[in-house]
Amino acid sequence: MSDTKSVMIVGVGGQGSLLASRLLGNVLLAQGFDVKVSEVHGMSQRGGSVVTYVKYGEKVYSPVIEKGEADVIISFEQLEAARWVSYLKKGGHLIVSTQKLDPMPVIIGAAKYPENIVEKLKDLEVDVIAVDALSLAEEAGSSKASNVVLMGVLSTKMSFDDGLWQDALKQCVPAKFLELNKKAFELGKNV
Amino acid sequence: MKKLMLGNEAFARGLFEAGCKLVSSYPGTPSTEITEESAKYNEIYAEWAPNEKVAMEVAIGASIGGARAFCGMKHVGLNVAADPLYTVAYTGVNGGLVIAVADDPGMHSSQNEQDSRHHAIASKVMMLEPSDSQECRDFVKTAFDLSEEFDTPVIVRMSTRVAHSQSSVELFDREEKALKEYTKNPQKYVMMPAFAKARHVFVEERTKKLIAYSETSSLNKVEINDTKIGVITSGISYQYAKDTLGDTVSYLKLGIVNPLPVDLLKDFCKKFDTVYVIEELDGIIEEHCKVIGINNVKGKEIFGYIGELSQSIIAEKLLNKTSEFTAFSENVPMRPPVLCAGCPHRGVFYALSKNKITVSGDIGCYTLGAVAPLNAMDTTICMGASISALHGFNKVRGTESEKTSVAVIGDSTFMHSGITGLVNIAYNSTNSTVIILDNSITGMTGHQQNPTTGYNLKGDPASKVCLEDLCKAVGIKRVKVVDPYKLSETEAAIKEEIAINEPSVIISRRPCALLKYVKHKAPLSVDQNKCTGCKACLKIGCPAISIKDKKSVINHTQCVGCGICQELCRFDAIGGNE
Repeated sequence: MSDTKSVMIVGVGGQGSLLASRLLGNVLLAQGFDVKVSEVHGMSQRGGSVVTYVKYGEKVYSPVIEKGEADVIISFEQLEAARWVSYLKKGGHLIVSTQKLDPMPVIIGAAKYPENIVEKLKDLEVDVIAVDALSLAEEAGSSKASNVVLMGVLSTKMSFDDGLWQDALKQCVPAKFLELNKKAFELGKNV
Repeated sequence: MKKLMLGNEAFARGLFEAGCKLVSSYPGTPSTEITEESAKYNEIYAEWAPNEKVAMEVAIGASIGGARAFCGMKHVGLNVAADPLYTVAYTGVNGGLVIAVADDPGMHSSQNEQDSRHHAIASKVMMLEPSDSQECRDFVKTAFDLSEEFDTPVIVRMSTRVAHSQSSVELFDREEKALKEYTKNPQKYVMMPAFAKARHVFVEERTKKLIAYSETSSLNKVEINDTKIGVITSGISYQYAKDTLGDTVSYLKLGIVNPLPVDLLKDFCKKFDTVYVIEELDGIIEEHCKVIGINNVKGKEIFGYIGELSQSIIAEKLLNKTSEFTAFSENVPMRPPVLCAGCPHRGVFYALSKNKITVSGDIGCYTLGAVAPLNAMDTTICMGASISALHGFNKVRGTESEKTSVAVIGDSTFMHSGITGLVNIAYNSTNSTVIILDNSITGMTGHQQNPTTGYNLKGDPASKVCLEDLCKAVGIKRVKVVDPYKLSETEAAIKEEIAINEPSVIISRRPCALLKYVKHKAPLSVDQNKCTGCKACLKIGCPAISIKDKKSVINHTQCVGCGICQELCRFDAIGGNE
């Protein structure tokens, strides 16, 4: 439907996209939207390419996002940004972590990891925001927090009250990691 | 209160609110979270059974015992539980009995794309199909009421997109249901021919009543817009149709997919020039329409039988609209799922691959051993088939085959249905070798306990099956335990056991590297001065190892220091965590 907004979170299984999507879903629900978040479980999670769809608006029907439909894509990895950019609308925002993870065909020499992905993405008709999320996550205290760094970046593209994000963090993150994740979120926000 | 919930989580909420007392299931994507979430409610007794047949029989027992009961499974799990299903259809229930079956159109995590509605039709059991999380909760509650009202088990059909999508759900309190009285009633519960004949008559009468109910039930919703086109749909397909077609068509959304109504469909179709039946997988609703004499429906000739539907498929097929999108200018390499860094299965598969052994495979994470660079699997059919199929393979191919083949099966899959195959190997004697990949957990579905782990679903200590004793008890004299992190030891054991002229079992024992209690060593590093770039370490397909500037490097975020790659390096270049 035309008033529905779509955000895709893409990455490699194990990078924490489920937490990111739940964070965003909770913020959107608190904001009063109808929300659908579609996740991938099972086999694809084992180091494969994973994608999560978040859709919101007055009324959301299909939980999936298709080519040319996403308003924002958050990619945890460069190659995944290249893989999924076709799902972005013209002029949509592409937030991409500059981290690179070789997929198995590249590791065994059956395929090549494309060079200068970020530059090539910038040639497309989309708004590319490249972030060294891994370094910022390490600065916050754990390389595993790059998902929350990227959600901090996303928050600057959405006009929701910061308090909603803070509440969602409290809901979704175990208490002992809350401070670390709050810091990661701030670092992302200030990119 | 409204909460964002997975379809499966909302399903569990429905179980809780409906006063369900017992849950028994076997994990299987995309159904697993229903049972995991149920276990979080103290009012519900929840367990992992060794397989779906046991789970369903446990739930049937609880229902006969007077409680509201549930069992959940994926589509192929219902094949395992088909035996009790087709007869509990005759006995009916005492306390309400609800069964979840989760289909996986698109095969995100499955070995086939079966449409489980066929089981509902064939077993003559009522089936409901929700289309979002709210309906999951609502339909489960209704399913229990219908089960008790019509004396029937009720299946609730899930699909991947409904099970694994979150949407908001209105929460209510639990309605506690007192245990119903149990009275001995062999005519109803002892299904021997004399009694079963009478119950079959009851089943046919019940089906008539259920059809009458479905004609007017609010689970089937008619949505008339000022249009010439009608759409009949159910489940997730309804969401895709609404997304694409909005108010430009009228809808009949079927919440009851078995038995299907007759007059409701006829009356709906009469109103329109053309009616599209939008359903994933098989054309069950469409065929039913044609059987009852409706001639203006179209479906499978447009949408086909394969994979998931989506809003863009509907837009393309019905509106001739394709979406515009941009694309990356170069070829993007695939990123298939792989065995995790530190996966204990890796060493076994490397040894099998290196020795060119024929591998009869099974269902679980280790199916990933089938892909490059390990390429160490010849067959994967269904839960437990590795062992029984190897026996058949070796029976026809003889001694030479016995010395070059193995079966591989996980601990949970072995308990599910591997044990019977092993009994057969011992009883009907082939000199087959079975490797039990014991990673002390049910891995692929996200770490569920099983009878070999020593813990139950709630995480409390439980009786633990000793695999060695079990294998010996069924008549396997040679049972050997190896540590798959010790590559040469593992390889030697495999070579020895396949050469021996008697059946044998190797238990490859090492817990899943993702388990929280597993302590990892520090990550390994490659000494760039010693590395010759020979790429021997790449042969194990570890996602933590890659090549930079013609030499190996190890990603420290991923590496868990398992050391398998160290054994492969002939130049002593890998180390640094001693």
